[in-house]
Amino acid sequence: MTPLLALSPLILVCATAIVVMLTIAWRRHHDLTATLTVIGLNLALVAQILVWWLAPLDVTPLMRVDGLSIFGGVLILVATLACATLGHAYLEGARGPREEYYLLLLCAAAGGIALVSSRHLASLFFSLELLSMPLYGMLAYTYRERGALEAGVKYMVLSAAASAFLLFGMALLYARTGHLDFAGLGGALASAGGDGWLLAGMGLMVVGLGFKLSIVPFHLWTPDVYEGSPAPAATFLASASKVAVLVVLLRLLQSAPAAQDAWLHSLLAVLAFVTMLAGNLLALMQQDLKRLLGYSSIAHFGYLLVALVINEGLAVETAGLYLVTYVLTTLGAFGVVTLLSSPYGGADASRLHHYRGLFWRRPYLTAVLTVMMLSLAGIPLTAGFIGKFYIVAVGVEASRWWLVGAVVAGSAIGLYYYLRVMVTLFLPEPGMQRRDATTDWAQRAGGVVVLALAALVVLLGVYPAPMIEWVRLMAAT
Amino acid sequence: MILVWLILIPFIGGLLCWQAERFGEQSPRWIALGTMLLELALVLGVWWHGDYGLNAAQGASDWALEWRADWIPRFGIEVHLALDGLSLIMIALTGLLGVLAVVCSWHEISRRIGFFHLNLLWILGGVVGVFLAIDLFLFFFFWEMMLVPMYFLIALWGHSGSTGNTRIQAATKFFIYTQASGLLMLVAILGLVFAHHAATGEYSFSYEALRHTAQNELSPQMAWWLMLGFFVAFAVKMPVVPLHGWLPDAHAQAPTAGSVDLAGILLKTAAYGMLRFALPLFPEASQAFAPIAMGLGVLGIFYGAILACGQHDLKRLVAYSSISHMGFVLIGIYSSTELALQGVVILMVAHAFSASGLFIISGQLYERLHTRDMRLMGGLWGRIKGLPGIALCFVAASMGLPGTANFVGEFLVLFGSFDAWPWVVVVASGGFVLAAIYSLFIMQRVYFGPAKEETPLGGLDGRETVMMLGLLVLVLWVGLYPGPLLDTSQAAMQNVEHIMTLEETPAMPEETP
Repeated sequence: MTPLLALSPLILVCATAIVVMLTIAWRRHHDLTATLTVIGLNLALVAQILVWWLAPLDVTPLMRVDGLSIFGGVLILVATLACATLGHAYLEGARGPREEYYLLLLCAAAGGIALVSSRHLASLFFSLELLSMPLYGMLAYTYRERGALEAGVKYMVLSAAASAFLLFGMALLYARTGHLDFAGLGGALASAGGDGWLLAGMGLMVVGLGFKLSIVPFHLWTPDVYEGSPAPAATFLASASKVAVLVVLLRLLQSAPAAQDAWLHSLLAVLAFVTMLAGNLLALMQQDLKRLLGYSSIAHFGYLLVALVINEGLAVETAGLYLVTYVLTTLGAFGVVTLLSSPYGGADASRLHHYRGLFWRRPYLTAVLTVMMLSLAGIPLTAGFIGKFYIVAVGVEASRWWLVGAVVAGSAIGLYYYLRVMVTLFLPEPGMQRRDATTDWAQRAGGVVVLALAALVVLLGVYPAPMIEWVRLMAAT
Repeated sequence: MILVWLILIPFIGGLLCWQAERFGEQSPRWIALGTMLLELALVLGVWWHGDYGLNAAQGASDWALEWRADWIPRFGIEVHLALDGLSLIMIALTGLLGVLAVVCSWHEISRRIGFFHLNLLWILGGVVGVFLAIDLFLFFFFWEMMLVPMYFLIALWGHSGSTGNTRIQAATKFFIYTQASGLLMLVAILGLVFAHHAATGEYSFSYEALRHTAQNELSPQMAWWLMLGFFVAFAVKMPVVPLHGWLPDAHAQAPTAGSVDLAGILLKTAAYGMLRFALPLFPEASQAFAPIAMGLGVLGIFYGAILACGQHDLKRLVAYSSISHMGFVLIGIYSSTELALQGVVILMVAHAFSASGLFIISGQLYERLHTRDMRLMGGLWGRIKGLPGIALCFVAASMGLPGTANFVGEFLVLFGSFDAWPWVVVVASGGFVLAAIYSLFIMQRVYFGPAKEETPLGGLDGRETVMMLGLLVLVLWVGLYPGPLLDTSQAAMQNVEHIMTLEETPAMPEETP
């Protein structure tokens, strides 16, 4: 009974997905579907928090419920909740079926929750696919838009290729060690030393996971997919999906000491270095906010990789904390884009000129986006500052001066484009305001979500102690 | 608790201003003015009641007022505020210039008044925080935080430049320069914290604890690099010459209130940071660095003055003259004798008065002529009542005429440095000649010569007269009777000198839990 209880969040999400499916079959009703989804996700979130009293617990050889998985699960569920709420606002104007979006969202969330608790390559693979498959559909959900269709297809093809790399890597590891579970794999890797096949296997897995995290040079899909896909789907891709993959990579690196192999280690360090700089440099001249956020997320995962590369001292805490700030900030930033593009009517309002002078029309919505931009740039009074502080701290602690230098340089470059977005919001209007949020946006659920996120980002920036304690507690088990 | 209120009042006032805009155009202005007057009154009250002249030279820092509370226990980060003579003078200056900034933008700013005052007051709040913070994390927090409202001030209410430079470019340049150098300081702070952690097993960002570590645990090479991290951050803000690129643009594009804040107090945070952190934390490395700093100071004096001579834009001229004046400040700081350090304090105050005065005058000329290009001025002496005479006084102050505050400051700096650095002083004194040249350029080009037109322009109204005369009285008062200022900062400056000259490291001050 206890193992089932420990998996109750996953079971609840899956059950919600089935209920939603049956409801759609019985009667199409947008509001009803959305409400059911949100109720189910909230129940799962409560369950995810309650599971803490059972952790740590191994559930079958495939899953492990511990601090890390609860941490990832909470973040994924929060992100999914936000995506469901934002999706409701967005899809109200959509033609054609709207209800299946929630079905796909729930399936992807289930994949994410399973992924963060995997401790076996088999469960890693199937939950990663469960996470990715619904995303193809979500990204191309507004398939009448050329961009959305392109985004969906592009993500599908490249994701399949990345899965192939991942499988090949797993196969190599299995062929050499005969283990598929992380712990056994770690032990075998440690005793085998620097065997070439094993390194190749690990390297191929890094390629596969690096694709999902859009690490340079596997990032090429990111800007196009972010730009073309409908905003709520892009939100999910940028937040929940990346959290899940990063958490499992963290678990993999922690349990497989071969990751500390000098060669693989320097490979990761180089990837982190290149990702930070390339992500920020490529974002400089973007004219599209979603595209810019895509490049910015590449840069942020470069910062996160720094924590993974160092993997000692404050590293796990740093990765966790940075993920929290990243998720909150990304949800907020995409949330504003979604609200401005809601209800759906043609391509999203994400060109920078759509945002010109927004402050004088929608001061509070602009304040939210400003806070998010400041947080992404890591300016004090926002949660992003605490994250940036941690990243620099972990680099200084390990005396990795090259990585610290890249973090500093990357942040300095990054300021330029975040400031560009920010100042655009406040510039005088040129008289072209084609797209705008509905006037009562703040009273709607989506508006409440972004306002709450902004408040949270500021609150955690000023008083981060509870967040730090929570992350430490989760990282400790 | 009064220290917390000193920081909170501008922030709360700013929010009130923002919301007050809906009650009419005037209400944000009055609220902002009231906030800054309240702030100023509080500081003066603290000054009146405290005693800052005593408790000198005991090695450890003695704070007149202190307030601390836990903030992020994970890293031993506290909200730790403390006040001594130096910070008191700086905060009083902030309050005063805050009042001036509000008053001088009374007519200049006519759009989005509430949001303007929100930014203005938040800058001042951040600056007060910088002057009070003693926990290094908190210091960094305020140091970075005050950039954001300044960015908005320049980007949204600035003037587009004459040479095709837009205000947004200037604001972005300012922000990136200061933020990137700030991150270097963060790296240096963290380096110090982890050295402390390695030595004691505890995380702490506290000034005393880190000072102890910096002086006892660091290898000289490490101390050198960390010192450099602090120095670069402060040098950008000050600005020291190779890192000054943002200043002329930022000044030229900023609204008058922005220039007043920028020249009057933001630049002073850098000098304050050097006096409070860079020197006391790394006395030996700083001493080793002093020759380079002196060289940079002299370079700045001449570079700023020579470039000032060639400017056509009045505000750019004043901006370059600021660089020149800050060269003297740098020399004074790194010569580290009590006399020179006292001179630095006076010079900072004096420069804040004279530069703000000149920037306000540029703003007033701009309101009347709609240009700041000196080639389009000339012959204004007869056309504006009152302003030229006042301008003459401020120009005289800027060139350091005896009787003005600037003279006292520069004299003390050079006098105090002469023993140890005679050649530097001799060369730096040459800067006065150039100062006289560019100061006379201002008078000659703007007020004398043939008039372009004969129509008289509006004279100073009551608000402007009171503001300018008040500032002028202060310039003369500090120039003729600098005693109270010197007494207030003496203990703090003796402390710095003490730390810099003491060979053996001071004992670890007892930690208060």
